[in-house]
Amino acid sequence: MTGRPHIQISKVSKIFSTGGREVIALEDINLDVQPGEFICLLGPSGCGKSTLLNAVAGFSSPTSGTITVSGQSVREPGPDRGMVFQEYALFPWMTVEKNIAFGLEIKKLPGTKIREKVGALLDMLNLQDFRDRYPKDLSGGMRQRVAIARVLALDSPIMLMDEPFGALDSLTRRNLQDELLRIWMEFRKTIIFVTHSIEESIYLADRIVVMTYRPGKIKKVVSVTMARPRDPSSVEFNDLKKELSLLVMEEQSRHNQEQTRLPTAE
Amino acid sequence: MNKFFPAKVFDRLQGLLVPVLLLALWQYLSSQAIINPQILPAPTAVIAKWWEYLLPTEAFDPAKSGYLAWFFSGEMIRDAYASLYRVAVGFFIGGILALPLGLMMGANDRIYKLFNPLIQVLRPIPPIAFIPLSILWFGLGNPPAIFLIVLGAFFPILMNTIAGVRHVDGIYIRAARSLGASQTTMFLRVMLPAATPYILTGARIGVGTAFIVVIVAEMIAVNNGLGYRILEAREFFWSDKIIAGMFTIGLLGLAIDTGMNRLNNYLLKWHRGIENK
Ligand SMILES: Nc1ncnc2c1ncn2[C@@H]1O[C@H](COP(=O)(O)OP(=O)(O)OP(=O)(O)O)[C@@H](O)[C@H]1O
Ligand SMILES: [Mg+2]
Repeated sequence: MTGRPHIQISKVSKIFSTGGREVIALEDINLDVQPGEFICLLGPSGCGKSTLLNAVAGFSSPTSGTITVSGQSVREPGPDRGMVFQEYALFPWMTVEKNIAFGLEIKKLPGTKIREKVGALLDMLNLQDFRDRYPKDLSGGMRQRVAIARVLALDSPIMLMDEPFGALDSLTRRNLQDELLRIWMEFRKTIIFVTHSIEESIYLADRIVVMTYRPGKIKKVVSVTMARPRDPSSVEFNDLKKELSLLVMEEQSRHNQEQTRLPTAE
Repeated sequence: MNKFFPAKVFDRLQGLLVPVLLLALWQYLSSQAIINPQILPAPTAVIAKWWEYLLPTEAFDPAKSGYLAWFFSGEMIRDAYASLYRVAVGFFIGGILALPLGLMMGANDRIYKLFNPLIQVLRPIPPIAFIPLSILWFGLGNPPAIFLIVLGAFFPILMNTIAGVRHVDGIYIRAARSLGASQTTMFLRVMLPAATPYILTGARIGVGTAFIVVIVAEMIAVNNGLGYRILEAREFFWSDKIIAGMFTIGLLGLAIDTGMNRLNNYLLKWHRGIENK
């Protein structure tokens, strides 16, 4: 897979200054993501995973450096980069069907086309029985299915996912991981997926980007070459898990030290 | 509890106990002339008066009007209609003014800073304090009354709309932006619905205020409506009619509140915490 990278992150830094203190959330991040690649960003809490994802999404611009998507520099959020949030972010005043149709209505697709497309997505994600329900009536897993369907409706070539399965129980989580992989293979999306679960990253990713804690840098990029579906009980899987655990643990302990050194009252 | 006397019926009866006792005491005090009936007429007298106030004043005459028109020609019906009409018009105008302004002030800091000082100055003035000015400006009749009701409805709706828009969870805005929503779509399909719980709370407070204001305004600036009628009754020492009128005002208030509640539940059926019963 060589050719023009789909997403190109070069020399990206992000500094937050709050209350006179500066936090270097990202420092000199360089990463090329190939079309159709599944990337996981892995690291302890506070290492800048969301900050990096939000910069790619266009919600906040880096302090320095550039991010380009298909050669175009990122300036604002757009439907070419579908975003799936940990908090689902479904519109509670819209039914499941309306939530999925929202992006298509914005695009001003004709009604019959919208209905057809939404129907297909409801089928694909097993949501037919819930089409007229409001998000408050759905379980977490169901909500995240709707959020995924909402992004798929737009045919965005890129999906950005910020700990999308973080709040789900392990069974639902595995289910959705499998479903996501199926979708990813079928539609050949480019995915950047944030997680702090080592196992999840090994199960899903082509490449795992391990990040350091403060400043947020790329510590190591690990390629996962195991064939899918991957078996979490296999030796290979567990060796990789050990390797990644060591990497993440180092950062985690720096995180913990930092937390204890920080003044608690501000 | 046995099956002939289920708990539900028992609850109902229990709820009636205090009012019934109170009514009995009231009836006793007035019928024994312990209290001057001019000060406190007996409940039976009040009910009789209320009934009289409700019924048409003239006998049915097909030559003059249709049956329905006749049926609703009673003084109370006409008064209630007049009061309700003022509340409706005033509330509507107040809402039409407050909603867009509130949405704009909530969404745009510059507009907020432009209008907020004026609003902070005007808001604490009770609408009733505007009565002299409104009579000076609009004379007597509907215009000053409606003006006061507009004021009464305007501020609660405005303040709640502003708060509603300001409290819209940023995640919805981010989600909509990443789905490609334009400014207009964002405003109409995200901010507005997300703010409806607040806006409806404002509308409910606004209607309540409007209803208070209409009664007061009618006592001073108009010569019909429920507020006017009970003040007029005082001039003739018709205490039974005063209480009958108050009773009607209470019923109307209850009806308005129930209506708002229904609307609330319907519009917020998506909202967590509100279950459709
Ligand atoms: N808006 C902001 N203002 C100031 N500091 C911020 C802001 N957003 C993030 N930070 C800081 O930047 C660092 C990176 O935050 P970020 O949210 O990207 O971490 P994360 O890796 O996504 O963590 P988590 O796993 O907890 O979501 C943190 O130390 C955080 O405190
Ligand atoms: Mg995060």
